[in-house]
Amino acid sequence: MCLAVPMEVLEIKGKLGNFLDPYRAVVEAGGTKTEVRLDIVDRPPNKGDYVIVHAGFAIHTLTKEEAQKSLELLDDMAQNA
Amino acid sequence: MPEMKDQSTEKIEIQRLVKDIKKLLPKPLKIMEVCGTHTMSIFRHGIRSLLPSEIQLVSGPGCPVCVTDQGDLDKMIGLAQNKDVVITTFGDLIRVPGSEGSLALARAEGAQVEIVYSPVDALGLAQKLPDKQVVFLGVGFETTAPTVAATILQAQALNLHNFSVFSCHKVMPPALEALFDHEDFAIDGLLCPGHVSSIIGAVAYEPLCKKFGIPCVIAGFEPIDILQGIFHLVLQISQSAPRVFNAYPRAVNRLGNPNALALMDKVFFKKNTEWRGLGTIKDSGLAIKKEFSRFDAEKRYDIETVCHQEPKGCICGEIIRARALPTDCPLFAKRCSPTTPVGPCMVSSEGTCSAYYRYGRDESK
Ligand code: SF4
Repeated sequence: MCLAVPMEVLEIKGKLGNFLDPYRAVVEAGGTKTEVRLDIVDRPPNKGDYVIVHAGFAIHTLTKEEAQKSLELLDDMAQNA
Repeated sequence: MPEMKDQSTEKIEIQRLVKDIKKLLPKPLKIMEVCGTHTMSIFRHGIRSLLPSEIQLVSGPGCPVCVTDQGDLDKMIGLAQNKDVVITTFGDLIRVPGSEGSLALARAEGAQVEIVYSPVDALGLAQKLPDKQVVFLGVGFETTAPTVAATILQAQALNLHNFSVFSCHKVMPPALEALFDHEDFAIDGLLCPGHVSSIIGAVAYEPLCKKFGIPCVIAGFEPIDILQGIFHLVLQISQSAPRVFNAYPRAVNRLGNPNALALMDKVFFKKNTEWRGLGTIKDSGLAIKKEFSRFDAEKRYDIETVCHQEPKGCICGEIIRARALPTDCPLFAKRCSPTTPVGPCMVSSEGTCSAYYRYGRDESK
């Protein structure tokens, strides 16, 4: 249930607390683009930040540098697999 | 994508960690990985084969589907029989056998059961089907509960009359405490879950660590994260200095995620709840607060329950408490397999039996 892959934030939409136009982000990982909600994220991300996503909601914002560590680890795994 | 790191650096790091673990190991150790995602990762990447044979890794109560009580499952299956109701759920749950049948079987017999990826998808379905009642089955821990809380707040803002949640959400620390309260429970260290901890923070393990003198290390999900976590546990044990250590600082901080916690608190309150294998644990379940009771499926429906019965011969309860391994179960890989699961630990992709079946049959030790 927990996906560890951080997703890159491409665009921010909506407004926090406005459920008619929910606070959300367009994110991308591995060539797949999707929208995630930002209602419960620990820190509002900026474009270029990364987020950890659970059940369609971003739960944690990572800087590019922090995300890089996760992504490197994943790349290595893919190569070693 | 960030540029790639030299692959060999990673290998060298892993070798160094394994060497250090071996060097520091003071005695044979039993370490519990609490989270089902850790269990999967440990198997998938063959972590056991890297570790000295004196380290035994056992799985804990961190697979949400596995710890869901049989009585709650029966209620969910009962709810699906209601002709007006469309059940929405995460995928794993639908094949779990209840006392009679499963959600998948109910669906084959005409019940409306939809798999969703997010609770907001369930809410979207309710908007699309104004003549139906959409019920979301809320199963999960502190990572999932805030997403459901946000969805309920949205349903309230939208003034939806046909959306509700059957809340079986659970919180992790009381279950861990309940495990350690059993005097025959002998675990030397806890590998604490990554994303649950990102919500509740490292601080949530401090009472447990203090009360039972148990080393707690929060770890991420990649092989090197897990090895780092195990290294820190072995280090603490070798120094006889148990503490809470956060080995996953890129996703977890000491106090957790205040936004998620506040939303959870706004919508849910803690109540005593039943866990498979662990019985009733005080303040370990999340129920929907009164002011949101119109979104509470338990309040809205009179849910019939059959006298509940765990699957015959299944020892999932023992496995969740780390008192038995899947290979101790006489049904394992015989009558029970991922295609014909008898118990929840074989159904869920995070379940210990399923992990053993898919990856671990010859390296389990
Ligand atoms: S192997 Fe099947 S029957 Fe045995 S404990 Fe696991 S899930 Fe239950």
